Amino acid sequence: MLELQRISKGYPGVDALRAVSLAVGAGEVLGLVGENGAGKSTLIRIVSGAERPDGGRIELDGRAAAFASPADARQRGIAVIHQELSLVPQLSVRENLFLGAGWSRRGIVRRRWEEREARRLLRLLEMDIDPGARCSELSLGARQAVEIAKALALEPRLLILDEPTAALSPREARALLRQVRELARRGAAAIYISHRLEEIEAVADRVAVLRDGELVRSIDRRESAGGDDGLAPLDRDRLIETMVGRALSAEFPPRLPGAIGETRLEVRGLSAGRRVRDVSFDIRRGEVLGLAGLVGAGRTDVARMIFGAAAPDRGEVRLDGRRLELRSPRQAIRNGICLLPEDRRGDGLVLSRSARDNFALPNLDRFRRWRALVDRRREGRAFSRWREQLDIRLARPGQRVATLSGGNQQKVVIARWLERGAKVVLCDEPTRGIDVGARYEIYEWIRRMAAEGKAVLLISSELEEVLGMSDRVLVMHDGRVRGEIPEPANADPAGVLRTAAGIGLSEAPSVA
Amino acid sequence: MPEGVAESAAGRWRRRSLDLLGRNLSVVVLALLCLISSAATWREQNPITSRSGAAVARQVLEACQAPCSVLVVARDTEGDRVFVQAIEQGLDAAGARIAGRVFGQPRDVRLELERVAGAGGSLDAIATHRIASEWGPVRTAGTPVFAPRSYHWPTFLTARNLLNVVNQNADIAIIALGMTLVILTAGIDLSVGSLLALAGVIAAVAAQEWFGGAAASPAGLLAAMLLGVAAAALGGLLSGTMVTAFRVPPFVATLGLMMLARGLALILAVGHQRRLVGGGAEGTPEAVRVDAAAFAWLGNGAVLGVPNPIVLMLVLFVAAHLLMTRTMFGRYVYAVGGNVEAARLSGAPVTAVLLAVYCLCGAFAGLAGIVDASRFEGGRPNAGELYELQVIAAVVVGGASLAGGRGRIAGTLIGAMIIAVIQNGLNIAGVASYEQKVVFGALILAAVLLDRLQPRLRRSRRKSL
Repeated sequence: MLELQRISKGYPGVDALRAVSLAVGAGEVLGLVGENGAGKSTLIRIVSGAERPDGGRIELDGRAAAFASPADARQRGIAVIHQELSLVPQLSVRENLFLGAGWSRRGIVRRRWEEREARRLLRLLEMDIDPGARCSELSLGARQAVEIAKALALEPRLLILDEPTAALSPREARALLRQVRELARRGAAAIYISHRLEEIEAVADRVAVLRDGELVRSIDRRESAGGDDGLAPLDRDRLIETMVGRALSAEFPPRLPGAIGETRLEVRGLSAGRRVRDVSFDIRRGEVLGLAGLVGAGRTDVARMIFGAAAPDRGEVRLDGRRLELRSPRQAIRNGICLLPEDRRGDGLVLSRSARDNFALPNLDRFRRWRALVDRRREGRAFSRWREQLDIRLARPGQRVATLSGGNQQKVVIARWLERGAKVVLCDEPTRGIDVGARYEIYEWIRRMAAEGKAVLLISSELEEVLGMSDRVLVMHDGRVRGEIPEPANADPAGVLRTAAGIGLSEAPSVA
Repeated sequence: MPEGVAESAAGRWRRRSLDLLGRNLSVVVLALLCLISSAATWREQNPITSRSGAAVARQVLEACQAPCSVLVVARDTEGDRVFVQAIEQGLDAAGARIAGRVFGQPRDVRLELERVAGAGGSLDAIATHRIASEWGPVRTAGTPVFAPRSYHWPTFLTARNLLNVVNQNADIAIIALGMTLVILTAGIDLSVGSLLALAGVIAAVAAQEWFGGAAASPAGLLAAMLLGVAAAALGGLLSGTMVTAFRVPPFVATLGLMMLARGLALILAVGHQRRLVGGGAEGTPEAVRVDAAAFAWLGNGAVLGVPNPIVLMLVLFVAAHLLMTRTMFGRYVYAVGGNVEAARLSGAPVTAVLLAVYCLCGAFAGLAGIVDASRFEGGRPNAGELYELQVIAAVVVGGASLAGGRGRIAGTLIGAMIIAVIQNGLNIAGVASYEQKVVFGALILAAVLLDRLQPRLRRSRRKSL
């Protein structure tokens, strides 16, 4: 039904998709797996019309199709259930279900019919939700279910599910999987994306593995089962190996000389709702501690709480033995803690201002003259010093930071903390969206900061990166630290991924 | 390929000039408006000043040999007296004889002519200005009439008109300063007009009732004025608190304060009137008159010929410009407006910055209120109605982005002047106030549209490179 032919898509510095060809037929469920950043989300965005490919062809029912917009794709029967919720919180469940779907008669809403239909859809999912309830009052899981029901209401020909069960209870997840199978039985197609391989095994007829933007493997379980009704069992371990791919290569700068010293940062029992549960760890002087895990495992929340940007329910943080008040980023910065945020453009930089202004923002007290004036000469000197050292490519210091490449933007953020002379550096996805060359330079700076005796926390969804750069790695799953890898250089990436995906947790908490 | 090179050079030049134009668009617009206003007010000028008086004296002396006797004719106005004085000084210096002088109407001229003739004196010349030279008795006197030569010059472009235009809009410009800060943080302040009135009334009531009324000392008057400004600043602090501590949208918080402050101003004014009349008499929301003469100095006095409100406005603009470009506070304001989350994660004291911004905006409105009260020699509880819209218009026209983070103090000064010049131009051109509203509405829409389009233009330009 849907066929992708040699689809390519590039972002500045990254090839998100390289000539990927995929097909999904009527009555078929395609499982799509891959590491974070393998290109799954990009692929979905292209299929759903949210983005256009740089090259390749999309065919729908044998004819070339170019989706102008998500609405266009929806009209042709393609429905997407996103990771991010797209419900209007102020509206009721019923209103959300039929929002924008045109279920009215001459502009008048058919309330009674909607009510009935809503109940039917929610019953299918075995969800006990009142169609009249406001969405803002529902739990995250219930909202996710409404989101799914909304897609089902369209009776789509192709349903795309992107990590749909992340917020669902096991029972709800099972009901959802049954619905996907039911949809396929009635002749619709589905693409199912999940980190949870047991779900893929339960639902997919075929499995496609993406790695670094390429389709590396495609398994047809019906074939290997010999054409029976039943499907061949999935070799999950092999699947994971395929996802991780090659062994770690020497793309990382060597560790700089300098011993790991005494404990610098102590985190004890940090908890916040369901996102972070009882997280404890130490980072020593000169140590890079990696934090591995899937998106949503709670790693970013941990960093933000240490930085004072989010308040924990419980737990404490000590710096050089002294207990910190986790009140505000301002205070954290004063204590010598700094953060390279995951969303550089949204959380790190003031895009409307210049590179120099952004560099100076947390350091204004250092360039102060007469209490409140900014000494622009000192500011300029400091900026040009770091600009030279970090090799920040700029036309002029006053250039707006929005016009810089991702790598140069990240270097501006690093420069500001280097000027600050921080003791603890929290790096959240420091190389996301950054091209290979600048990436290496950023790794070098992480090494150098550690060698200066700083404690570095490295959060990364790229296994290679977190294993290649860290002196020690913790693996988080579902808000908890689930494993520790004392020698990441020799670690088995597949094992790490297994822990991160929550497979075999009951057996042993450690993976090393 | 010299052709290609030449083309790209020309292209670069065009791009650069476009860039320059884009960055200084408001300056260009202001210059254009001044040009249009000048062209539209290109009139015959007949100034009645001491300079033109001296010129008339010279004309008379050239035409007749001393000693010659001269009749000086003018109307009974202050300006005419200055004019006449200059004529007489010029004539006296050359030894001419003043046969008589008239301050009045054509009838007075006839009487004076008769008196001179009756006294048996001869008359060699009549010195007057263009207006009086048209009077019947002057024309038919049979004596050569001398009046200043008229010339053509735009009425708009006279020092008097320009000072007048700026002076009348100085309060708007002062408030626009505070509003610029608020808009830079992606906020808005609707309460400025009411705070202006409140500050004026409080200053007036304090001057009258606490600091001695007519006998108030300059220090007392100053204290009364400061009290008014402080009250307005406190109002700003209140909306700042609502915005920061309770996350009330600025539009709503300041809307509430707008009504609250207006009501307070009216209550205070009515209460004052009631106390004035005494007993249980009904008070009326009239202006609270201030009897101390010195109170009017700020609004009506001048320094070196420049009206005080303009001086105050310029001083405040320079101060605000330095505040925004040279101090940590200014940097923080831009950062908070550009990206609150990034500012917070960079250690900017977001709450304190927002509080200070709203407080300052209130204080600026209060200062404008003091100027207004001083100009009218009393606090008017109905002053400044709908000012908030004019002020926001000035800021937006000056290039600040309502989305925050972008805008300059200098831009706001130009924006305020653009609004003032258009208003003045429309007034001189005789456009009714209803039609002026239409023009202003269109102007604001155009400015906002430009703000929205600019990134798109820039992007398309980059793409074409």
